[in-house]
Amino acid sequence: MQQAIFIILALLTLGAALMTVITRNLLRAALWLVATFFGIAAIFILLRAEFLAVAQILVYVGAISTLIIFAIMLSRGIMDPDQVRFNGQWGVVGGFAALLFVVLAVIVTRVPWPAAAGGAPVGDAPADAIARLGAAFVGPYAIPFEVASVLLVVAMIGAIIIARERE
Amino acid sequence: MLSQYAFIGIFAVIAFALPVIGLVLSWLIRPKKSNPAKTTTYECGMETIGDTWVQFKAQYYLYALIFVVFDVEAIFVFPWAVAYNKLGLYALVEMALFIAILLGGLLYAWRKKALEWH
Amino acid sequence: MDYLRNFFVNLARSWTAWIGGFLPDWGVNLVNYLVVGIILVLMPVIATLTLTWMERKVIGRIQNRIGPNRVGPWGIFQAFADAVKMLIKEDIVPSGADKPVFNLAPILIAGAAALLWAVVPFGRGMIGQNLNIGALYVVAVGSITTIAVIMAGWSSNNKFALLGAFRVVAQLLSYEIPMVLSIATVVLVTGTMRMGDIVERQVAPFIVVLPVAFITYLLAAAAETGRAPFDLLEADSEIVAGYFVEYSGLKFGWFYIAEYGNLFAIAAITTTLFLGGWRGPFVSVAPALGPFYFVIKSVAVIFVLMWIRGTWPRFRIDQMLAFAWKVLVPASLANLLWSAIVLQIGRQPEQLGPTIVQMILLLVGNVAILAVTGLLLGRAARRYAAQHGWAGA
Repeated sequence: MQQAIFIILALLTLGAALMTVITRNLLRAALWLVATFFGIAAIFILLRAEFLAVAQILVYVGAISTLIIFAIMLSRGIMDPDQVRFNGQWGVVGGFAALLFVVLAVIVTRVPWPAAAGGAPVGDAPADAIARLGAAFVGPYAIPFEVASVLLVVAMIGAIIIARERE
Repeated sequence: MLSQYAFIGIFAVIAFALPVIGLVLSWLIRPKKSNPAKTTTYECGMETIGDTWVQFKAQYYLYALIFVVFDVEAIFVFPWAVAYNKLGLYALVEMALFIAILLGGLLYAWRKKALEWH
Repeated sequence: MDYLRNFFVNLARSWTAWIGGFLPDWGVNLVNYLVVGIILVLMPVIATLTLTWMERKVIGRIQNRIGPNRVGPWGIFQAFADAVKMLIKEDIVPSGADKPVFNLAPILIAGAAALLWAVVPFGRGMIGQNLNIGALYVVAVGSITTIAVIMAGWSSNNKFALLGAFRVVAQLLSYEIPMVLSIATVVLVTGTMRMGDIVERQVAPFIVVLPVAFITYLLAAAAETGRAPFDLLEADSEIVAGYFVEYSGLKFGWFYIAEYGNLFAIAAITTTLFLGGWRGPFVSVAPALGPFYFVIKSVAVIFVLMWIRGTWPRFRIDQMLAFAWKVLVPASLANLLWSAIVLQIGRQPEQLGPTIVQMILLLVGNVAILAVTGLLLGRAARRYAAQHGWAGA
């Protein structure tokens, strides 16, 4: 049953991702991307990672996709159907995408994942999974946690400086 | 836990099906006499000038970016808030530091007038 | 009599026992899920049929009018007449609209308004699902609305609609942060995101413990649903009706239903987070009273929102966004930190919800934050008035 749901969700997510890439209309492509994000959130739930799922929806659907749509509205000639779809760098980017795929494939197949090693299906997540996550933020992962905050501020300051220069 | 989300899934199907059913019902009984005048863009009776999809200003983008930063911050706060009862003073200090850094960012945006709407 | 005392839960038990007699376990679950789902999905529709009437009456009284009084006694059937009108109106799709996106937007926005109800506790044990992430689920569902608004505004091929949509989105984004932070304060104090448990641990209603969080949440929620004085997204006098100006018939109707569904939902969530939800006198003896308290409290919140709408003028967009970032965000961050400090004081092991001492300290801090905010706002207003040469402002 779960296997079947996973396959359906994976196909829908991949289909939406494919549509994102091949749709000519930029805004529709962004909407397909939103559909992809929802698919990924559903897969997180299937993996019993409900907090990650809700974070995925909040950050990616709620924030990042709005950012992308605003970026689209900022660009010139957005709705011009005669825009060229490729620029001179498509070969380089394609190469890097292929490289990334290979790296990810190697990681997924080579790393001894704890769940896969056990062989048995993973049970339910512990009831206090979210509390454990919160304790981990300020416990063993305190440094990455604070660095994340610095990173967020740096991103914001960078954006403000770039936006100021444009004016 | 998964059975809870099975309900959410079924509920989502029902929630999005209801508007569709309503629209189909209304499609069956409503009149359908369209003409070019009816389908013109509504602009108080004036002829539309130029493209609808004009270029928007950078302000919107900046706003969305500041929002993303604080949204991610808020997401980090929630697991900490749930766990807080069982954590010691260090949890308070670390979250205070986390928020202070971001407040510095907000103060910077404030000073640079990135929060003003022009 | 004993049956009546916990009527709703007992009814559900009898029903489950009855269908369990001839259905397998998964069948019982499926049927129950469908029944609960259908009841919850009708909440926005019920909200629209009742609240539109209430709003017209309340606004009418505030403006010294009677309000609807023709269709049925006191005009109570006005909403039904409107519903029939919407259903049989011709549907007009503007030329140049992006049809699939145009048609999908009302479906998404109405569906999202219904989805909110899955985690609202109507009484003890009367909740769609008591999700571990309930409090965040509410915010996450709200982001579907953002997308639907962009879709509606963009696909209409209308400048008013697009401008309206972008105003809405800027507003939704700005007010989501204070809203999330005020919810986080409640989660911090109760130590759970489960909506049912938040009510259980609310010994005293949080409106008297965390007034800053309550005010922030209510204002942010009013802004999120585009209620006056934050209604410049549909400002009739500026951009006609905003992002759904091109919609007609039932498609317009779904936007309308979503608006009132969201109004009811935010009132319900405010009740859950800050007014003690279904708690009230004698509710431990007769849990069936819970839903009534819950509805009464929600309607009171709705009335306050209508009162605000009837009394205050509309904000300008720059004022509104500045208010979110420069007043609400710092105030709610200060409140969050103060709550964290207080919770370290006099803490008992395994405590659920704040102790009396903690609640008093929380209230003191909240009043201080309110006072400082008010002082700074007053000073800023005087400075602004001096700059513009206004006297006595």
